[in-house]
Amino acid sequence: VNRRAAILLAVLGVALAALPGFASAYVLSVATLILFLAYTGQAWNVMMGFAGQLSLGHSLYVGVGAYAAAGLFFHFGIGPWAGVWLAIVLCTAFGAAIGFLAFRFGISGVYFALLTIAFAEFTRIGFDHLDWTGGPGGLFIKVAQRDQIDLANFRGPPAMYYYAMLVLAAGAFGLCAALLRSRAGYYWRAIRENEEAAQALGINTFRWKMAAVLLSSAMTAVSGVFFAFYYNNLFPEQIFHISRSIEIILGPIIGGVGTLFGPILGAAVLTILADGITEVLAALGWEIPGIKQVFYGVVLLVVIMFLPHGIWPTLARRLGVAK
Amino acid sequence: MPIDLVANVVISGVLTGLVYGLMALGLSVIFGVVRVVNFAHGEMMTIAMYATVALFASPLKLDPFVALLPVAAVFFVFGYLLQASLINPFITRPEHSQFMLVLAIAIIMVNGLLMIFGPDARNVQVDYQLESFALGPILVDKARLYAAFTALAVSAGLFAFFKFARIGKAIRACADNYLGARVVGLDVKRYYAFTFGLGSACVAVAGCMMILLVDVTPALGPAYTLLAFVIVIVGGLGSMGGALLGGVLIGVSEALAGLFITPSAKSMFSFGLLILVLLFRPQGLLGRKS
Repeated sequence: VNRRAAILLAVLGVALAALPGFASAYVLSVATLILFLAYTGQAWNVMMGFAGQLSLGHSLYVGVGAYAAAGLFFHFGIGPWAGVWLAIVLCTAFGAAIGFLAFRFGISGVYFALLTIAFAEFTRIGFDHLDWTGGPGGLFIKVAQRDQIDLANFRGPPAMYYYAMLVLAAGAFGLCAALLRSRAGYYWRAIRENEEAAQALGINTFRWKMAAVLLSSAMTAVSGVFFAFYYNNLFPEQIFHISRSIEIILGPIIGGVGTLFGPILGAAVLTILADGITEVLAALGWEIPGIKQVFYGVVLLVVIMFLPHGIWPTLARRLGVAK
Repeated sequence: MPIDLVANVVISGVLTGLVYGLMALGLSVIFGVVRVVNFAHGEMMTIAMYATVALFASPLKLDPFVALLPVAAVFFVFGYLLQASLINPFITRPEHSQFMLVLAIAIIMVNGLLMIFGPDARNVQVDYQLESFALGPILVDKARLYAAFTALAVSAGLFAFFKFARIGKAIRACADNYLGARVVGLDVKRYYAFTFGLGSACVAVAGCMMILLVDVTPALGPAYTLLAFVIVIVGGLGSMGGALLGGVLIGVSEALAGLFITPSAKSMFSFGLLILVLLFRPQGLLGRKS
């Protein structure tokens, strides 16, 4: 890391840590959402950006993680610190099943992506018929007392959730930075660039692809737990829907697949863009249903056409922090 | 469960499945040649359904079986231009990049429909939707039967086109060997656009037929995209016969799941079937091993 990058990173860290001191409730909620998407995008990026395995079904892990922790809390009063372990175990079990079946049977590329969608959709409909979690009617956790912090049950004011997400996002960033420099990072990128060549060099591609899937699903399980306790309501139609998977992967793709900053930058750009479009259209009085998403789609189209590698690689060169 | 009820449900599943099959055929043809997965396929289907609704409600009062001609023609041109302008620069890019591009197009389509038509369900009402043929204890809906015949006829036309027509053979050459096709002087870019147009025309006809069977809302687009994927993977991505077979299988399994379990669980069986096929015959039932 060069000096300029270190300074920029430090400034960003201080600004984010100080944000709840002066930001309004609205800005804080937007910032929390950005960090949530940045963290989850980072988790997806481990699988796709590092190891080259395209998952279009990450909503599966968000949903299973959320329902595991929320179910324990709702039925038995067991808090998220215990629930998060159940979430991680269940999500890695799903990840292991998908990874094992796909990699053993030699499924890759488009077929692998469709398999991940199929698992997510299958589970969504399953949860629609699961009474323990309320079925399609949803699962509701008692809304938090906004003025007191109950860390044991992860209930508290918005700033608490913001800091929790900040710690998670920073932790994921640090973990991914370390991984990229480790043996695993080099193996993954070798597999991503050319799997047959990696295998010929003696890399156990099955084992390392599995490692990427397991790590990615475990990380995404934690964002599911956060989701449950932050939003307090879960519906299979929303949490497992393919649009949630798409929401997760848009950030890293727009920001830059396989880069460390891409998921963070992409999440920030897309969230601010979506809110900005809403504000501008409201100011103009153009409030037709759907118009916001049409603009959003047009912007995505333009970005993907003119910045095929995402925003970050280009921006990094401009800032002089590219390697 | 009385046997004639089951037979009725299976027959209606087969007929609906043929329309599904035509929709999936469009996706399969595009993937088989251009090697791009059209993630906006279901959205195009809903656009065709709305176009049929609009033509039916217009002063011309076009019957869906007449409307399919102009709708298919417009879709052919639209698909041709889409491939020639936006998608063609992406055919050498990685899959996630193609996915993003087509997804952005799909988002614009769904919400464009929402802006124009609103969120309420639309349909067409013609006399023959309420009539049926009786074969002993088995009742066959007229509209469903006509729709299935149309789907079969269009599919047969497409098979013949690829088998016998000069352009069809040229397109197959492009799909078989990109470099070889260029060496013998084929304008691959133009044939790719032509193929995308053909796939779009297939989904247009399927949409015109489907509006006779179900109501349409903008939100139906992504659901049809997923359905088309399931069908082509089950049948074999890139295999034309496989798309029809997959359509019929999914149509019947949906109908039976709706009868024996609960209609809301019907797509669970489709996705379960998809997972099994991916694991044990990843090239699909009629697909060739690559």
